[in-house]
Amino acid sequence: MTDHMGDAGSRTKAMFDKIWDRHVVVARAQGPSLIYIDRDIIHEGSFHAFADMKRRGLTVRKPKQMFGTPDHYVPTTGRMIGDAATPEIARMISQFDENMSWGGIRNFGLRDPRQGIVHVVGPEQGITLPGLTLVCSDSHTSTHGALGAIAFGIGQSENAHVMATQTLWQARPKTMRITIDGRLARGVHAKDVILAIIGKIGAAGAGGHAIEYAGAVVRAMSIEERLTICNMSIEAAARCGMVAPDDTTFAYLHGRPFAPNEQDWDAAVSYWRTLPSGDDARFDSEVSIDGSAIEPMVTWGTSPEDALPISGHVPGPDPKADLQRQDAVARALRYMGLEAGTALTDIAIDRVFIGSCTNSRLEDLRSAAAVLDGRRAVVPAMVVPGSTGVKLAAEAEGLDAIFRNAGFEWRESGCSMCAAMNGDFVRPQERCASTSNRNFVGRQGPNARTHLMSPAMAAAAALTGRLTDVRQFMGARSGVQ
Amino acid sequence: MDAFIRETALAAPFEGSNVDTDQIIPARFLKVDRTVGYGSFLFHDLKFESDGTERPDFVLNQQPFRHARILVTDENFGCGSSREGAVYALSDYGIKALIGPSFGDIFYNNCLKNGLIPVRLPHDVVAGLREDLLRGPDREISIDLDSQVVTLPDGTLHNLEIDPFWRECIMKGVDEVELTLGYLPEIESFEARYLDEMKWINR
Repeated sequence: MTDHMGDAGSRTKAMFDKIWDRHVVVARAQGPSLIYIDRDIIHEGSFHAFADMKRRGLTVRKPKQMFGTPDHYVPTTGRMIGDAATPEIARMISQFDENMSWGGIRNFGLRDPRQGIVHVVGPEQGITLPGLTLVCSDSHTSTHGALGAIAFGIGQSENAHVMATQTLWQARPKTMRITIDGRLARGVHAKDVILAIIGKIGAAGAGGHAIEYAGAVVRAMSIEERLTICNMSIEAAARCGMVAPDDTTFAYLHGRPFAPNEQDWDAAVSYWRTLPSGDDARFDSEVSIDGSAIEPMVTWGTSPEDALPISGHVPGPDPKADLQRQDAVARALRYMGLEAGTALTDIAIDRVFIGSCTNSRLEDLRSAAAVLDGRRAVVPAMVVPGSTGVKLAAEAEGLDAIFRNAGFEWRESGCSMCAAMNGDFVRPQERCASTSNRNFVGRQGPNARTHLMSPAMAAAAALTGRLTDVRQFMGARSGVQ
Repeated sequence: MDAFIRETALAAPFEGSNVDTDQIIPARFLKVDRTVGYGSFLFHDLKFESDGTERPDFVLNQQPFRHARILVTDENFGCGSSREGAVYALSDYGIKALIGPSFGDIFYNNCLKNGLIPVRLPHDVVAGLREDLLRGPDREISIDLDSQVVTLPDGTLHNLEIDPFWRECIMKGVDEVELTLGYLPEIESFEARYLDEMKWINR
């Protein structure tokens, strides 16, 4: 490796800045610089970008650095194009296949064992690597930062720009470090940590910033837990979220299909070891959270910032807040069909969804299955694994049987009821305990009511038919963490 | 992209912080080709009851705001999903500019790429402006990208902060891909060096 690897600034530079500086193609004194983009992951929504490119006679410049997989519109009831909910939805998938072959882009198609949600597939296949810049026309691209990459969502104009030039004009965001110290209590998971963070800093709290998650809690986390945390960075308005790569990262990546092979492995790891922020690195903003104090969390309203510990009560409009905020809370309560003062554990639910790019990986499914093992759901419930790979791995260890025996539907992988684009949706006024990332008005279907929580909490809600503290299912059985 | 230099138009106050792109355009409309036009999808589920009738309490269904071409918003407008359809819907409906204290990051970039001007002004100025617009009778705002001045209905002038790079692109209607392809020699020389050092990226 050349001498830039151990540059003098490494003690004072943040990880974000190290990776950014390495990707500057054209620096401008002010405003955006031209940044090299290592990877672009493509899904069905990219048809606008392809239409744009075809209209202008452009071609995909570096097809080997592009990866495609259909996820937003794919049926979860089967793997044939005819399983699609409507002809328009089927057309989205076939149009995607056509665009992938037009661009000469690798396509993990509907029936490919590597298919899945873009943000599950990237890390799983080793497409996502430390030190990379990675984009995808989906806001939850922040997920990939868990491996120490700069990863962010883009629109379709930017998507076409990347495909045609392998670059983007980008202004450097500010940096924010969120340090989570202490040790998580039993029954508290990565989802609870990120909901606690968003509850604290707010849905606009990290606007204009690249977040680096640090501290003992993050260091002790598996890659799958870090992916959950980084995934929801966008719900705090961050440009991206990142975790410094470490031995956990390297062990996770080793041997994955698109990770460096044996010939390159040592060189790659020695470069990756230079990426973490220096001891004297300065951040534009610092936030500290006591991880030991975090409880299992749920949302009550229509923004991910409306998060509270499960032991809490539905809040009312705060008379001390400004009128607009009071009005916003009143509107959220009306939409959610809730009354101020209700204990969160008294809220009855109609269905449970376990899935989405936030919480659909193998560890998520294990965590939910441990709560469900030998018990029965009392409301309709479904599991949608994040990738076909996750589904097969879960089946190999018998998780599908636990879910089915508990009364859950065991589906094929995709975005499903999180994005509600493929025909899976929550009915009007229905209340869903969901492991997804957005409780927005209408997100899971027109007039659907969403409560966000961890897979273990969603499993507990399935068993009781109301929002439930998962810790009440712990202790008697050893399987539940 | 059509060039934007200056625009004087009726503005409507749009209340609520964290208005997400799912509100601006619900997901079910995203399958449509752009050529069809996205204007009728704008704020669809806020604008219409489920039976298709207009909701009279929605600001863009009220006079005079149904003719508004500028929206004055609250914090973090356009947060959430990266769907550029949100900007297509605003643009195709006829909205030329947004004024707010802050915008979702991806949404802000998508606006710039489509010549829809997102203007950031201080929180208090924008809150006062929304009240003034509601009260009337003066509801016209001028946005001048050339002089970088925003003129509010009460005659006060504010600096229009926008990066000079994007300002020039929008004023000249520059095609950004064409512009970048002008840097192809720089991209190629960067790439040759970079991919040689990071051999594992392209195997």
